[in-house]
Amino acid sequence: MDWARRADGGPFTSLGVLDRLVYDSYDPFAALAAAAAVTERAKLVTMIAIGPLRNAAMLAKQAQSVDRLSDGRLVLGLATGARRDDYDAAGAEHRTRGRVLSEQLVHLREDGLRQDMEILVGGTSGQAIQRMARHGDGYVHGGGPPRAFARAAAAARAAWSDLGRPGRPKLWGQGYFALGGEEAGEAYLRDYYAFTGPFAERIAAGLLTSGRAIKDFVRGYAEAGCDELVLLPAVADPEQLDRLAEVVAA
Amino acid sequence: MKVTVVGGGPSGLYLAILLKKADPSHEVTVLERNAPGATFGWGVVFSEETLGALRDADAQTHLEITDSFARWDTVDVRYRGKLMRSRGHAFSAIARRHLLGILQRRAHGLGVDLRFEHEVPDPVALTYECDLLVGADGVNSTVRRAFGFEAVVEPQGCPYVWFGTDLVLDAFTFVFKQTEHGLVQVHAYPFDEHTSTWIVECPEPVWRGLGLHAMSEQESIAFCERLFAEELEGHRLLSNRSLWTRFQRVRNRTWHRENVVLLGDAAHTAHFSIGSGTKLAMEDSIGLAQALSTHHAMPAALLAYELERGPVVERFQSAADDSAAYFGRVGRYADLAPIQFGFNLLTRSGRVSHANMVRRDPDFVRVLDGWLAGSARGIAPPPAFAPLTLRGLELPNRIVGELPGAALTPSPFTAVSPEGRISPDTPLAADAGEASILRLGHAGARGATRPRAEGADLPLRDGAWELLAAAAKPYAPWSAVPRAMGEDDMARVRDDFAAAARAARAQVLELDFSHGYLLGGFLSPLTNPSGDRLRFPLEVLEAVRGEWDGPLSVRLSVTDWAPRGNTVEDGVRTARELAAHGADLIHVVAGQTVYNARPDYRRGYLTSLSDRVRSEAKVPTLVGGHLTTLDEANTIIGAGRADLCLLEIPPSHLEAVAAEPERAVALA
Repeated sequence: MDWARRADGGPFTSLGVLDRLVYDSYDPFAALAAAAAVTERAKLVTMIAIGPLRNAAMLAKQAQSVDRLSDGRLVLGLATGARRDDYDAAGAEHRTRGRVLSEQLVHLREDGLRQDMEILVGGTSGQAIQRMARHGDGYVHGGGPPRAFARAAAAARAAWSDLGRPGRPKLWGQGYFALGGEEAGEAYLRDYYAFTGPFAERIAAGLLTSGRAIKDFVRGYAEAGCDELVLLPAVADPEQLDRLAEVVAA
Repeated sequence: MKVTVVGGGPSGLYLAILLKKADPSHEVTVLERNAPGATFGWGVVFSEETLGALRDADAQTHLEITDSFARWDTVDVRYRGKLMRSRGHAFSAIARRHLLGILQRRAHGLGVDLRFEHEVPDPVALTYECDLLVGADGVNSTVRRAFGFEAVVEPQGCPYVWFGTDLVLDAFTFVFKQTEHGLVQVHAYPFDEHTSTWIVECPEPVWRGLGLHAMSEQESIAFCERLFAEELEGHRLLSNRSLWTRFQRVRNRTWHRENVVLLGDAAHTAHFSIGSGTKLAMEDSIGLAQALSTHHAMPAALLAYELERGPVVERFQSAADDSAAYFGRVGRYADLAPIQFGFNLLTRSGRVSHANMVRRDPDFVRVLDGWLAGSARGIAPPPAFAPLTLRGLELPNRIVGELPGAALTPSPFTAVSPEGRISPDTPLAADAGEASILRLGHAGARGATRPRAEGADLPLRDGAWELLAAAAKPYAPWSAVPRAMGEDDMARVRDDFAAAARAARAQVLELDFSHGYLLGGFLSPLTNPSGDRLRFPLEVLEAVRGEWDGPLSVRLSVTDWAPRGNTVEDGVRTARELAAHGADLIHVVAGQTVYNARPDYRRGYLTSLSDRVRSEAKVPTLVGGHLTTLDEANTIIGAGRADLCLLEIPPSHLEAVAAEPERAVALA
């Protein structure tokens, strides 16, 4: 809560949460509902919530609740996620996850939700990008260096135009940082992404640990056309936020 | 640190040198299966960019290597008996045997323990005796296998054979030779003052047709000497265990595991046609040696090595894939005029664009541009501005887009009847005014949806109309079920198209046979399980052709991008039929036949499909696919991969600046 409060008071425009079932973490909608109570300004973003773990009606209800509690500040990012064990634990079918997510997206547009709620869709496969272009307002990228984001952004724009959508997709990016406590941050990322095998090391190596690295990262994302960049702390200490605010302001 | 290197090729030896140089207290052993002088293959190629890295890593071997280099900056293309020379492509090459000699001597001088004729039956046992085990043992790496790296190894490209010749070339030389079974090509380059590498390759059917699969080594040499007698100018082909083989493409998810690391070909290969294998391998050695000197902890060093080299290798592998595929189908370009064939060849991997060629070889580009505009002697604007005549319609350039200056402007999907609308806001042909391109369609199973601003394929909440399609199959699980069309429906829809064509006022008329709309739905086995799938679409095309004398384009999903759907081969066949029934242009698109297709979106994702339709179905094409620069259009048009390009150039902040008026300047 302290984190959310400080973020709302700082130079930041959005507050993002992740989703993981089989891990010691908060439910994204519960976390954002709590954040809604102590913030007034920042958008509240799921980046992403694993749609198919919930049934469509429950998902719509949760999203709508957070949106109303926050006076319409929810940005709903959805994807199929990367872990099978989350599906097993939720009793959800893993094999049909793509189709289920597409149907959920249709359901969400159907009724109940605020008409102009921004819905983001994530994922890296061609099918996921096409799903984004068919149902979403924008694309939420899973993280990586600016070059990787630029490639994904080109794919998202290509799909958007292929599906005949007017205008351009909103592009959201994310990155991990730790300003102080780098080792704890890297250890956290290795643990959180242990299921990716050797790629956990890559993700940990991508941790932004200096003001200069963060600035370069932000500039790279901006050049690639990122509309909103969410920097996630790899160290659970609200001090991190103040340090980040200093870097961004400088 | 104790390091054991399995494999005494360029990467293994070079790593040993760099490690020993960095710290003479390292104990470095290289285990090589063969004797010191034994090597197969002839010369290996380097690009200029590698040389700087070699100089910085070890000046002594750099000097020796570059002193022995054969260097050239010319690419010769011999095609249809013509010779084209293109300048500005810096290359160098060295005899593989000589390169190994230099590296062996240097390694020996630094105190590396070199053991030749040393087999490694059990690499796992070696790890107990050293701090780091390096698998530099090539494509068939035993280290890779012993430690269970999840490598994907598969044959790539055509059958090929690696000969030498005593003809000393002065350029990288491509020879394309027509035989009664198809094209056979040569990649050849000099590597010392006596010898050149001479690689022969051809697609499998050609190879079998010519009987090369059944020939002995001597017979195949004799055959190739006869076939290339003119280009060899009386010189011989030399064999060094030169047998026909397939290139093995190696990809590895990771290159290290605990204290075991892979280097060069053991970790990754890139098809020989981009000539980068040895370069990448030796750069790996530099990357690994550097990582080991900056990171003290082994896992961090190996990770740093992989993070640095991975993206570079990936880029080269992707270019190599394109290049290998190009040489597999090069016979299909045999109709291109030589100058365009040459440009197509030089831009095959996507790494060299028209703009790059302007810098490398301005003369080549001038002639290409001039030839496209009608006179090879003349000067002309770049390919995208070459005029084109399409069934009597003269277009000033090759650009289609919503841009001032473009030859044509695309129109939105325009429905031939109210029931054929995608959504209530879809324009109707009956209301259409004058258009540049008028795209006529019937939405079929994708009709009665909400406007695309809200999303695609969302069914209307109220006021939906009955949908028609080839079969009673909803487009997506949430879509309305269409009614399967009967003969009456078909006659009516055909007449709607014909009536719309009759009334059309446009420069180009385009029929939408794509993306799972009505006629696209007829073409795919996924949406039209039975019968002659082409019959009705061709009927519509002929009916329209009967009413419309101007240029007629058909927008076609060339592949469904879905299992059991139409493949590119099917799409090419359909394009050929459409051209035979009166289409003047194929607007190449792909996918969307079913909602869950598997597209591969990236910049220029449709270019290779257009290339195939144009070169195989021999019909002019229009292609888009997120092309955002004029350079892309110049390259595509110049290389003959399409005739028209749909450009989506994003706005630039400079436009507002440029719109500022000039200040009046008083000339004194």
